[in-house]
Amino acid sequence: MTELTELGVKAIRDGVAAGDFTALEVAEAHNAAVAAAGELNAFIVTTPDHALAAAEKVDSDRAAGKALGAMAGVPIGMKDLFATQGVQTTAASHILERFTPEYESTVSQNLWNAGAGMLGKLNLDQFAMGSSNETSYFGNVVSPWRHKDGGNADLAPGGSSGGSSAVVAARIAPAATGTDTGGSIRQPAAFTGICGIKPTYGRCSRWGVVAFASSLDQAGPMARSVEDCAIMLEAMAGFDPKDSTSLDLPVPEWEANLSADLRGKKVGIPREYRMEGTDPEILESWERGKEWLRDAGAEVVDISLPHTKYALPAYYIIAPAEASSNLARYDGVRYGLRELPDGAGLQDMYAATRAEGFGDEVKRRILIGTYVLSAGFYDAYYNQAQRVRTLIARDFEKAWAQCDVILAPTTPTAAFALGDKTDDPLAMYLNDVFAVPASLAGLPAMSVPAMLNGDGLPLGLQLIGKAFDEQGVLNAGLAIQQRAGFDAKPEKWW
Amino acid sequence: MSTYRIQGATGEWEVVIGLEVHAQVTSNAKLFSGASTAFGAEPNTQVSLIDAAMPGMLPVPNRECIRQAVRTGMAIEAEINRWSRFDRKNYFYADLPQGYQISQLYHPLVGEGSLTIEADEKAGIPQDKVVGIERIHVEQDAGKLMHDQHPTMSYVDLNRCGVALMEIVSRPDMRSPAEAGAYLRKLRTILRYVGSCDGNMEEGSMRADVNVSVRRPGEEFGTRTETKNVNSVRFVMQAIEHEANRQVDLIENGGTVVQETRLFDPNSGTTRSMRSKEDAHDYRYFPDPDLLPLELDDAFLEECRASLPELPDAKRRRYVEELGLSDYNAAVLTAEVETFARFETLLAETAKRLGKSEKDVATQVANWSLSVAPGVMNALGDEANPAHATAGAQAAILQMQAAGEISGGQAKEIFEIVLKTGRAPAEIAETEGLKQQSDTGAIQAEIDKVLAANADKVEEYRGGKDKLFGFFVGQTMKAMQGKANPAVVNELLKAKLG
Repeated sequence: MTELTELGVKAIRDGVAAGDFTALEVAEAHNAAVAAAGELNAFIVTTPDHALAAAEKVDSDRAAGKALGAMAGVPIGMKDLFATQGVQTTAASHILERFTPEYESTVSQNLWNAGAGMLGKLNLDQFAMGSSNETSYFGNVVSPWRHKDGGNADLAPGGSSGGSSAVVAARIAPAATGTDTGGSIRQPAAFTGICGIKPTYGRCSRWGVVAFASSLDQAGPMARSVEDCAIMLEAMAGFDPKDSTSLDLPVPEWEANLSADLRGKKVGIPREYRMEGTDPEILESWERGKEWLRDAGAEVVDISLPHTKYALPAYYIIAPAEASSNLARYDGVRYGLRELPDGAGLQDMYAATRAEGFGDEVKRRILIGTYVLSAGFYDAYYNQAQRVRTLIARDFEKAWAQCDVILAPTTPTAAFALGDKTDDPLAMYLNDVFAVPASLAGLPAMSVPAMLNGDGLPLGLQLIGKAFDEQGVLNAGLAIQQRAGFDAKPEKWW
Repeated sequence: MSTYRIQGATGEWEVVIGLEVHAQVTSNAKLFSGASTAFGAEPNTQVSLIDAAMPGMLPVPNRECIRQAVRTGMAIEAEINRWSRFDRKNYFYADLPQGYQISQLYHPLVGEGSLTIEADEKAGIPQDKVVGIERIHVEQDAGKLMHDQHPTMSYVDLNRCGVALMEIVSRPDMRSPAEAGAYLRKLRTILRYVGSCDGNMEEGSMRADVNVSVRRPGEEFGTRTETKNVNSVRFVMQAIEHEANRQVDLIENGGTVVQETRLFDPNSGTTRSMRSKEDAHDYRYFPDPDLLPLELDDAFLEECRASLPELPDAKRRRYVEELGLSDYNAAVLTAEVETFARFETLLAETAKRLGKSEKDVATQVANWSLSVAPGVMNALGDEANPAHATAGAQAAILQMQAAGEISGGQAKEIFEIVLKTGRAPAEIAETEGLKQQSDTGAIQAEIDKVLAANADKVEEYRGGKDKLFGFFVGQTMKAMQGKANPAVVNELLKAKLG
């Protein structure tokens, strides 16, 4: 029998339903993989009992002849940004260490309702701020990938969903939740050779997800195939009256409508994404991507997204601005860390708690955000960035007159080594340069693995779709998946 | 034009006043959470996860709060903005769990409107005056710190946290404490008519920030100060008076007024500095990314408009023009919701019983409601049970009086017994002998006796001394022990005397 940890979401779900194995066997196999993977530091807490209980429920439902959910028997990793009832939820921060919510996020509840179970809470960049998973209070996540020359430098799994990408790539979980504010699903997916999709803003409820930048934050699935992403996204998505920005639309049947036949479709190639200094191997993967999509029947057309170069600066104004306000609630008054020096008044308590409770990157962004919203700077920074955001959305609107989906690289480079960019925040921010425009426009975007580079590290291709057209993105992703034949996986060293 | 002036050492000063009124929206639930808004509950028992700003919680606008603010805007004939937006006002305080208040700075729900304060000669308001209202926006209230529960610590009560407030911002159109008082009372009346705020200042449902500056009459506005959170009409008037005089003294002694936030001390009736402009917070307002812009459709606006009651000015006009009431009676009857509600119920009931139009009985009912009934109640004090003063009982009394069955005096006596016992007026009149004699036979007999006993006066009357008619009426009534119907007495006497 195939090792159960090699199976993806669809294979597990179908195998459990067919009686090839039990959900309990699947959960146990994955719990064991979790327990053996301490070196990756991918989990902040593990929850084997949650996975087992969910599996037992699925097995007993199946025995009783009850209908099984779309994720029945699938144990997953949960990014520790989602509130989970009775399970510590930290956002990888000291300030929320030991915070245990009495409520369950809408997205995680949807997944449990669909029959999934939880292996544990996954490490991430603190408050989802970072691109390498090096800002976590609970330490770096180490990518399961290594350079093929045998160099044993620890590589970044990407961020902020670095725990998610690491466990899925390492066959510790068949899938994991991620969140994407400016590339936090797509970039780590690209770095680790897996798939990840950020749906249209509003598809997945933000209720119960620790907020980073509310106008950008979107949850999405990370898994090893396009089909698995479609299945899991369908389970996660849906209108939620508790989130005012939630889309009041029915959830499409993405899985059932998957098709790699792209005849009649046009794929746009944005010329502004061909930036100076982009890794030649990245450009090569892009060329291959075009060929694969042509092969699937699509017509490839050149398009222009003229305001692309302003996207990153605008993002690094808007996201910190929102974050500076969203993170004000962590003040030591009601929950989480409280630092109360002798004789401290209220202001002293705020200062001490936040100085102790937030990491450097979080503080940096709170400071940037506070600055750009300040009297006298607001128009020059925040308002200007909002205008840029409008122009970027308009760029895409115009592009849709010429194409149905856009193909671009996900990242400018392959995974870098941990520590490489920690002293240079701007270099780190540049990692999101291809991911950020779709975030600002609220569009669905996905990364699928394309090839290994000369170092034996994965490179991803990004597909950006029209608002609400996750199907178009998934279908183009499927066409690439079928032609790329990417089956590389990290060799187990942990 | 207000003639209110501060007499300074160097001449006259005019006071310029603007008010920002915070009115708690009448609604069972808070502005962005489902938590209850009931007043006086145990601390921290009406707090949702959203109010406590737990991680990942999101606000969802409460339609009823928006509806009430829109109806209020319509009641002051303001522009309703079909597109408005919520902004975050960022600052740290222990009673503000989110670290920001959700408010509306850039695009308020309600735009320009106005209300009219009525002329009041005694208060120095010579004619009706229109006071501009710049805007109404909706926002969250904060919680409350309690400093008296522990020797070294402060406690936080989040019950009020997230309750919906309307901030109603006037133009700097008022020129005297009396005008400010009249504005507040009128605003309170409108809010209570509309039902969007209970106007209860003691419970903090309505509070005012008072902006005051002084200037030489006709010159440019001076620098203003803002006195925060004043919670009664009287205190607002006191705060203005004190603050205006303080500013005049300051300027006349060579100082300058600084723009600052001040606090009112109700014990001394004075204001003191809280923080100056230099220490003012930078609130870093920006659009709340958790909320979509608020867009109002025609159906919603139509429903809001249709649900508006007759408003104070219109009602008052109708009382004068259609019911024929005096200006004074109309003003008093329409000042409070409870007053006009009682009046209109009694009016309808009385008209129905008498088979007459409301206009025909309005003056009688108004006099009863404003002077007779309150007089009896006040005289009785604690002996009166107001629950017995039903519209049915009072209309029954008015009906008997109109039919001549009872006199005005008897009406009062009957009402007194009604208030004490709740017995039926008709039964009281019967049992207690509180009825007028309209039996022409009995009255005729007494008239014959009176005329016979006063034959000389009858001669004088017939000789042209008309004034004696009153004397005969008086004698007859006396003989009837006051229980004769005066109209019948008059009629019979006239016939007899020729």
